[in-house]
Amino acid sequence: MQIHVATKINGDETEYLCDPDETLLDVLRDRLGLTGAKEGCGTGDCGACTVTLDGRAVCSCLVLGAEAQGREIGTVEGIAQGEKLHPLQRKMLEHAALQCGICTPGILVAAKNLLEKNPDPTETEVRFWLAGNLCRCTGYDKIIRAIMDAAAEMRGEAA
Amino acid sequence: MRYESPSTITDAVTLLADEPGMTRVLAGGTDVLVQLRSGMAEPDLVVDIKRINGIYDIAEEAGGYRVGAAVSGAMLDEHAGVKAAWPGIVEAACLVGSTQVHARATLCGNLCNASPAADTVPPMIAAGAIVRIHGPNGDREIPVEQVATGPGKTSLGKGEMIGSVFLPSRPERSGDAYLRFIPRTEMDIAVVGAAVSLSLDGDTIADARVSLGAVAPTALLLEEGAAALIGSTADDAALEKLAALASAACNPINDKRGTIEFRTDVAGVLAKRATKIAFSRAKGAA
Amino acid sequence: MAFDEYDSENRIFNAVGTRPVRPDGIDKVTGRAMFGADMSAPGMLWGAVLRSPHAHARIKSINTSKAEALSQVKGVVTRADFNADADEQDVLDNCMAGEKVLYDGHALAAVAATSRRAAEKALRLIEVEYEVLPHVTDVDEAMQPSAPVLRDVGGDESVPDGLSKNVMSMCEFGHGDIEKGFAEADLVMEKSFKTAAAHQGYIEPHACLASLGADGRGELWVCTQGHFYIRNLCADIIGIDSTQLRVVASEIGGGFGGKTTVFIEPLALALSRKTNRPVKIMMNRSEVFRATGPTSSTSMDIKIGMKKDGTMTAGLAVNRFQGGAYPGAPVDMGAMCSFACYALENVSSVGYDVICNRPKQAAYRAPGSPMAAFAVESVIDMMCQELDLDPVEVRLKNASKEGTKASYGPRWPRIGLIETLEAAKNHPQYSAPLGPNQGRGIACGFWFNHGGETSVSLALSQDGTVALSVGTPDIGGSRASMCLMAAEELGIPYEKVRTTVVDTASLGYNDVSHGSRVTYASGLATIKAARDAKQKLCGRAAKIWGIPEDAVVWEDGMAKPAGHNAGQHEPLSFAELCGDMGQTGGPISGHFEATPEGAGVSFATHLVDAEVDPETGATRVTRYTVCQDAGKAIHPSYVEGQFQGGAAQGIGWALNEEYVYGEDGRLQNAGFLDYRIPVASDLPMIDCEIVEVPNPGHPYGVRGVGETSIVPPLAAIANAVSRAAGVRMTELPMSPPRILKALKDQDG
Repeated sequence: MQIHVATKINGDETEYLCDPDETLLDVLRDRLGLTGAKEGCGTGDCGACTVTLDGRAVCSCLVLGAEAQGREIGTVEGIAQGEKLHPLQRKMLEHAALQCGICTPGILVAAKNLLEKNPDPTETEVRFWLAGNLCRCTGYDKIIRAIMDAAAEMRGEAA
Repeated sequence: MRYESPSTITDAVTLLADEPGMTRVLAGGTDVLVQLRSGMAEPDLVVDIKRINGIYDIAEEAGGYRVGAAVSGAMLDEHAGVKAAWPGIVEAACLVGSTQVHARATLCGNLCNASPAADTVPPMIAAGAIVRIHGPNGDREIPVEQVATGPGKTSLGKGEMIGSVFLPSRPERSGDAYLRFIPRTEMDIAVVGAAVSLSLDGDTIADARVSLGAVAPTALLLEEGAAALIGSTADDAALEKLAALASAACNPINDKRGTIEFRTDVAGVLAKRATKIAFSRAKGAA
Repeated sequence: MAFDEYDSENRIFNAVGTRPVRPDGIDKVTGRAMFGADMSAPGMLWGAVLRSPHAHARIKSINTSKAEALSQVKGVVTRADFNADADEQDVLDNCMAGEKVLYDGHALAAVAATSRRAAEKALRLIEVEYEVLPHVTDVDEAMQPSAPVLRDVGGDESVPDGLSKNVMSMCEFGHGDIEKGFAEADLVMEKSFKTAAAHQGYIEPHACLASLGADGRGELWVCTQGHFYIRNLCADIIGIDSTQLRVVASEIGGGFGGKTTVFIEPLALALSRKTNRPVKIMMNRSEVFRATGPTSSTSMDIKIGMKKDGTMTAGLAVNRFQGGAYPGAPVDMGAMCSFACYALENVSSVGYDVICNRPKQAAYRAPGSPMAAFAVESVIDMMCQELDLDPVEVRLKNASKEGTKASYGPRWPRIGLIETLEAAKNHPQYSAPLGPNQGRGIACGFWFNHGGETSVSLALSQDGTVALSVGTPDIGGSRASMCLMAAEELGIPYEKVRTTVVDTASLGYNDVSHGSRVTYASGLATIKAARDAKQKLCGRAAKIWGIPEDAVVWEDGMAKPAGHNAGQHEPLSFAELCGDMGQTGGPISGHFEATPEGAGVSFATHLVDAEVDPETGATRVTRYTVCQDAGKAIHPSYVEGQFQGGAAQGIGWALNEEYVYGEDGRLQNAGFLDYRIPVASDLPMIDCEIVEVPNPGHPYGVRGVGETSIVPPLAAIANAVSRAAGVRMTELPMSPPRILKALKDQDG
C-alpha cells in the first residue's frame, strides 16, 4: 500500500504518495520531476544524489521517501534565488569546475552545506567533506578552487 | 514491504515481535537501504525508529554517556562531551562512508549490521561500551563484543532491538584511538582496524583494552595485547610485543580488499600506531 | 583574405584563448540540464535486463512465462526479437546473448514493466537453464593452448601456431634490426609487466528512452558520445532503416570512450516496438561495471638497449591484451604507441588480441597507449637508475621530433614532445627537494588523435547572431570551444553564438566524440563553415554594391571592396548583412562536410611526487604536474580540465582501480565501494603547463588534448612509487598489498 507523505521541498509544502520501499531519490526524480539529484550508484558511494534533510547533507538514495514526512528537503533546484545564482554556482562556472556536470548538483548541495557549518574551511577540510562526491572528469582541482573562492567571497574577502 | 514509524520503543518491539516475516530496523538506513536496493534483503516490515521519543538523545549517565540508537556520527562529532571523552569512537563514526553517511549512520546500526569490518565496533569494544537491548521479554544489557556473532549475524533475538549504547566513564589520564587501513583516504571499507583505549598511572599504562576489526569473523578483543601494554610506557619493546600479538591473533580472509598476509602485517602496525595516539591523548588529558 | 588559410603561427586571436563561462553552464549548476535518465514520456514503461551469473555457459532454455504473467509486465524480449542478419553480429551478441553467455553480466533477456522496481522483480521470475562451461579471465592463461575456448572459429591467419583459439590476431610494427641494436648497447634490460582492467568510471550510468513503432519509425533519447554511430548500430541490430530512427543526444555524464557503443539502446527499442509504448532503461551501477566496457587487462614484455650516455639503440615490445569476449582489444594501438616517443633506428612492437570471459572492452581514453607507456617508460626509468642518468635528459636525447621516423611507420610532422620535456625540466617541481619515503617519477606519452567524418551547419540570424549546429556530443565543454572559434572567425562576440548538438535528422553523419577529435574536427568544420558563411556574405555585399563577388573581401568582421578598382563603398558589417539577408537573396548558412585528415598528434610529459608508507604499502601522490602539447588552447580552462582529468584517472588506474574476478569468474567489485576511483581527499592540486606547438593541419593549430593526458600517469606514478619504495613495481594497480609484498620479498 502506498504511503502519503507531507513534506517541504526547497521551502515548498509538498505532498506525495510513495511505495514503502521507494527511495527519496526515486520520489524526487520520478514522482516530483526534480531530476537535479542524479543516480550514480544507488548505494551511497558517489554523492550525485546529495540533498539536505533537515539541514544535513545526505544521499537521497539512502533515504526512504516515507522518511521525509514532516521534514525539510533541499535540492540543487533550490540553491539559486530566482535568477540570482548562489556564489558557489557562479564560482563553479567561473572556474570551469565542471566538465560533464553530472556530479555538479551533488557537489553544490554538499559544498553549500559545508560552508553553512564552516565558512572558512581549509583545502583539506573541503577535500574530506567532499570525499563522498565522486567526480571522474576534473581531478577535483578546479572544484576545490571554486569552493574556496566562493567561501572567500561569502566571507566578504576579495578573491 | 510494510513501513512503520512508531513513537515508542514498546510499539517498535511489538511491531518487530508480531511480524512473522523478515524485519529490519531502520535507523540511519545506510546499510538497510543498500540491502533493499540490491535485493540482498527483502523484508516484510521495516521499522523506522527515528520517531521514537528520545532516540536522538545523548545523555550524561554515571559519568559516561548514553547514546540513543538514532544518533548519527555527525551528531556525535558535534557533542563536545563525547568527543572529549571518547575521541576514538567519534573518529571511527566519522570514518564510516562519506559526509552524507555520517549525517545518518549510527553506532548501533554499525553494530547490528555485524560487518567484521565495522569501524565503530573496535573502539566501542575497547571502550567497554554496553548496549541496552529492548525485546518482547523486557530489557537486557550486554557488552558490545557480544552483539555480533559472525558476519551479518547478531545475538539479538526475535523482536529485539538496541535502544542505546552506553559509553562508560573513565579515569583521569585516559585516551583512546582508532585507526583503520584503507587503500584510499576515504570511502573504503576497513581492510584492518585497530582500537586502543588506555589509562595511565603517571606515565605508566595502568589499564588498557585493544580491539581489532576486519581480521576475523567478528571484531576481536585482544586481552593478551592489552596485557602487553599494561605496566609499560608504550615503549618500543611493549609496542613490538603488542604488534606481534595483534598479528598472531588475526584470522583473516583473502578477498578483494586485502590478503591474509597484508591484514596480518598491518594489524600489528596499526595496533602500535593507535597505542601511540591513545597514549599521547592520555598524557595530554592530564 | 583567403578563405582557406591556416595561419595559426602568426594570427592574433581575440576570442580564442579566453576563458568565458560555458554556454550550458547555468543549466548544469541549477539542475536543469537533462541527462540520459532525466527524460520521461507519457505512458512510459521501465525496462530491466536479465544478466548471466556465469562467466561462460550455454543457454539451454529461457522461460519467460512467469514474468509475462505479471500484470505490471508489458513485454519481454530475448535474442529472437533482434535482427538475425545484422552486420554487427558481435555488437548484437554483446547486447543480447545468443547460444552462450560469455561473461558474468552478459544480457540474455529484457523486461518492460510499469515501474523500474516491477521490471527488476520480474527478472527474478525468468527461468534460465544453463550448461556451465569452463571459463578463463586472465590474458596469459587465455593464450595457452589448454585454455577453455570461447569461440571455435579461432583467430585469423596472423596468429602463430601453438597458441589458443582465443588469440584472435597478431600485429607487428617496427623497422631496423633489433638484434643489431641490442648488440650496440652497453646495457640491455628486459622486464615483464601486467596491468589490470580499468573502467572508464563515468558517474552517469547508461540510460535511454526509446520509442519505436511497428512501422520501424522511432526516436531515441540517450547519453552517448556518438548518436549518429549508435543510430546506425541500433538500426542494424533491430532491423530498421537508419534514417527512420531519430536519435537525440542528451547531456552526457561522462564517457571517456565507454559511451561509444550500444548496450541497452537496442533493448529499449525492441521493448518499445513490442509494447508499443516508450521504454526507459537505466543501468544500475553494478550493471555498468559487469556489462559495459572496461579497458583491456594486459601482459607485456619489454626489452631495451641503451648506451652509457643514454642513447637508446633498440626496443622490443610484446603486448598481450585481452579485450573481453569479443575480438577488438586495442593492442594494435598499444603496439603502435609503445615506442612512439622515441627516435629508434631499431624497433619492434608486437601485439596479440586475446578474448576471454570478461565484458567486451570499450574504448577508454587513448585505448592501449597508457599500458604500453607504463611498460616502456618503466624500463627506461630502470635503465636511468642503473646508468645513473637523468630521466629527462635521457628522454630528450632520444625524443621523437619533426622528421624522425615513428616506430609505427610515418615520419613525424611538427610535434611538441621536446617542448613538453623542456617544460617539465624547467618546472619548479623537477628540482624541489623530496622528503623521506618520497620519490619522483617522470614519463612521456603519445596519442595519435583522430579526424573523422564531420558535418556542421552555421545559420545566421537577422539580428546578427549565429546558430551553430554540430553533431558531436559535448563531453567536456566543446560547445564553449565551438562558440569561441565561430566568434573568432566571424569577428562577433562569443555570446552571439549558440552551439547546439543537434539530432541525427538535422545534419549529415558525424563520427563519435572520440579520438580527441571534437575541438580539432568539429572546430575545423566550424571555422570552415564560418568561412563559407563569410564568403556568402561577401557575395551579398557584391550584390548590394553591384560589383563582382571576387571584388569583395572580408576584413575586420566586415565586407569591404577589394582595392580601388572595386569602387568606393562603405564597408558592410556582419550584423548589417545579416539584417538584409531576406532582401539580398534569402537565408544564409555556412556548411562544412568532410573527413579532415590533419589531426595533429599530441605528446605529454608528466611529473609525479609520491610517498610510500613502508609499513603499510600505502601511497600518496603529493605533487603532480602535467606538461602537454595542445597545439592551440581554444578555451585554456577546459584544456587544463582535460589534463587534470586524465591525470586523475591515471592515478586511480595506477594505484587502486582493478577488475577483481573470483575463482568462479564473477566480478567481485561491481560498485564504487570496491572499484576505487580517486576521491577528492586522495589527490593534490594538479598543475598544468599548456605547451603550444601548432598543428599544421588545423587553421588555428589545434591538437586534440583529451586522451594524451592519461598516457603518461601509469608510468610516471610507477616510476615515482618504485623510487620511493626502493623496489620496482611491475604490476598495476600498485595497491598497498602489492607494494607491501614487494617490499617484504625484497627484504626476504
